[in-house]
Amino acid sequence: MPKEFAVPFHWRRFRERYQIIGTKCEHCGSYFYPKRVVCPKCRRAGKLKEVKFSGKGKVITYTVIRVPPEGFKIYAPYIIGIIELEEGARLLSQITDCEPEEVKIGMPVKACFRKIRSENETGLILYGFKFRPI
Amino acid sequence: MAVGIVGYGVYIPKYRIKAVDIARVWGSDPERIKNLVGEKSVPDLDEDTASMAVEASMDAIARSCINPIDIGAVYVGSESHPYVVKPTASIVAEAIGATPELTAADLEFACKAGTAGWQAVMGLVESKKIKYGLVVGSDTAQGRPGDELEYTAAAGAAAYIFGRKKFIAEVEDTYSFTTDTPDFWRRDGEDFPRHGGRFTGDPAYFKHVISATKGLLNKMKRDINDYDYFVFHQPNAKFPISAAQMLGIPKEKVIPGLLVHKIGNTYSASSLLGLAAVLDIAKPGDKILLTSFGSGAGSDSFSIVVNDLIEKRRGKARLVKDFLENKKYIDYSQYVKFRRKIKGVDE
Amino acid sequence: MRGVAIVGIGCTKFGEHWNKGIKELAVEAGIKAIEDCKISGKDIQLIIGGNMSGGMFAGQEHISALLADQLGLNPTAAIRTEAACASSAVALRVGYLAIMSGLYDIVAVGGVEKMTDVYGSQAITTLAGAMDQETEAYFGLTFPGAYALIANRHMYEYGTTREQLAMVAVKNHKNAIHNPIAQYRKAITVSDVLESPLVADPLRILDCSPITDGAAIVILTSADIAKKYTDTPIYIKASAQASDTLSIYDRKDITTLSATVKAARDAYAQAKIKPKDIDVAEVHDCFTINEIIAYEDLGFCKKGEGGKLIQMGETEIGGRIPVNTSGGLKAKGHPVGATGVAQIIELVEQLRGEAGKRQVKNCEWGLAHNVGGSGATVVVHILSNNR
Repeated sequence: MPKEFAVPFHWRRFRERYQIIGTKCEHCGSYFYPKRVVCPKCRRAGKLKEVKFSGKGKVITYTVIRVPPEGFKIYAPYIIGIIELEEGARLLSQITDCEPEEVKIGMPVKACFRKIRSENETGLILYGFKFRPI
Repeated sequence: MAVGIVGYGVYIPKYRIKAVDIARVWGSDPERIKNLVGEKSVPDLDEDTASMAVEASMDAIARSCINPIDIGAVYVGSESHPYVVKPTASIVAEAIGATPELTAADLEFACKAGTAGWQAVMGLVESKKIKYGLVVGSDTAQGRPGDELEYTAAAGAAAYIFGRKKFIAEVEDTYSFTTDTPDFWRRDGEDFPRHGGRFTGDPAYFKHVISATKGLLNKMKRDINDYDYFVFHQPNAKFPISAAQMLGIPKEKVIPGLLVHKIGNTYSASSLLGLAAVLDIAKPGDKILLTSFGSGAGSDSFSIVVNDLIEKRRGKARLVKDFLENKKYIDYSQYVKFRRKIKGVDE
Repeated sequence: MRGVAIVGIGCTKFGEHWNKGIKELAVEAGIKAIEDCKISGKDIQLIIGGNMSGGMFAGQEHISALLADQLGLNPTAAIRTEAACASSAVALRVGYLAIMSGLYDIVAVGGVEKMTDVYGSQAITTLAGAMDQETEAYFGLTFPGAYALIANRHMYEYGTTREQLAMVAVKNHKNAIHNPIAQYRKAITVSDVLESPLVADPLRILDCSPITDGAAIVILTSADIAKKYTDTPIYIKASAQASDTLSIYDRKDITTLSATVKAARDAYAQAKIKPKDIDVAEVHDCFTINEIIAYEDLGFCKKGEGGKLIQMGETEIGGRIPVNTSGGLKAKGHPVGATGVAQIIELVEQLRGEAGKRQVKNCEWGLAHNVGGSGATVVVHILSNNR
């Protein structure tokens, strides 16, 4: 993403990124991260309620980014994984506290709170969830 | 009205660098360094005072068995807050789910910002203004390359939740000793602190730690033998042992709370991590005397009595030894990259 | 029944054009397309141009207006379509719909992308604009990374090997030797691929399509009047498009681009043919894994057997189903907004019998498969030299 946005772009997502908050559709029982306004399965028949995920999950697939985009240069190489949370929803994040050789598909992981990057030397510091092996 | 620790949590990053590996780069004598510290913790590139404070706080909440929404105050003490203006405490409050009905602020008093936060929150709890209060001491201390303090400047966090009920350890009383003694300081905009060399010993650390400890004992009409454990601020392996000797404290009562040789000086978390290590093993009825020290300078002393609830709640979160055992060594080049001491990196 | 034909084609060489900007590239392709058929600029009733990110690559939005102006076609209307790397296949689809509606008879469609006026990391960041900014790019995912996530899962579920991925790049480089507009016209070996630097495990530099400047334009007319403009009209027998979730992680099956499956199914139904009837295909090999998955999703082989298909040589020129005779995105180059129409141009040359050393014998049916981003948009066209 471009180097810097005005504050609201990130601020409106602080809570859901800090606490891993998504939605559950009470009509079909599906869980979604991040929050959805419309249930993709039920559309208007859906009843979406906010839900906080436990943070426990397993690795569905992963890769190691060695050629990073802007803002991530110092962090490379870093591991990105698609994680399936125990509630059933999937999401994508970095896997930290782990060497590239140690990641395996199926590995159990737990969410932790980490810094994602800074928006340059004078801008905001962006935080969020990452996952660590347990 | 009694106030106590309802829960506690810690966080220590997993990377370590050995003091001898730093000594090698600067041509210092590794034998001399070994007496001060063995190795120290190094935060990963994606860790900072806020992220560690959140992790420690989550474990404290787990041990407290409370709903975070009932936390009425969050204070974070550090000398490496991620922002100079914009509190770490509000980031922590949001991440743990305590917002919006609470007060929050950041504190700074070198390595005793955490215990200063203790006293503020204890006041709010005891006066029934809030039900529970969270205090975190967290730091990713920066060591000036080639300086003495580079061997010990480390990273870690310790979080304590205070309440009037269901606490696992009562904080009976506190006593503080404060003077304007600039033994260690950092000016605005500077990357690294400066210090007074040998001046940081007798007129600073020892004067304040000894005075505060004796002051608390006098105030409570107790003596050294009434306590089972002593936890001091630990800038290196020598100072707390010397302070114990000066006070006539047997070494065995100090060793369990001494972590500096394995993780370095975690600054605002230092004495609080030592206390957590003791709480991890203490038995109901044990009495602990905690004395912090912050350069500038001051010491806060606390008298703590452990009760039965500790056995039930201790296991609900990670212990200090879990973090001590989860470690990975790095060399000096990785260390300077992680600590962002290299010029010209386009983040 | 109304139909649509392609009567003229034109594209620039694909590569690093230090001397040419968007304007020069578009005009060069446009002039070639016009000269390829007996048409005059004033006959063109509508212009549709695909471009992914003129804004982030060159600070230039309003590409539609730029095209109409630079091609000398004011006051003719111009529309820009954007669907990441599928931008110009969507442009073709819009042109097809315009003519099929009966409201237009002659339309110019194409695409242009200028990617080398930004430094490497900015190009990576710009391309990452095709993924979800808040849930994927936020954590530092890149496009090679997105397809690496898919590759790792495909290798885990089906045993696809690193060597099989490399074979896709090897084949496409070999084909491009005979393609005068290709960015890379040098053969490579499986070892070359496996020894090239890692970009996002397991994908290496030689698994990835390059950063390219280029433009490609075709002239469409209604089928009834096509023979006025060319002796070899090529007919669009199917035009289909489908969507999938923007984020990869939201998909039930990470190893399938379900938008490809849907668009292909619709396209085969429209053309009234089956996958085995396709004689030549241009598929979206932005990364080698994507060609393997395309074989499966387009029905050229069973799910999971894409690796075997390439290994057995069935997708070589002369094989059962030649794929990416042009060299694909990997060797021909991938100026993202122009790729969709560039694929069409290769099929037109094949179906006209003008593909030189790349020629597939006796071809009657060609299929183009263009993917946007990690598969959220897929467009499939089927062409034939038979009305």
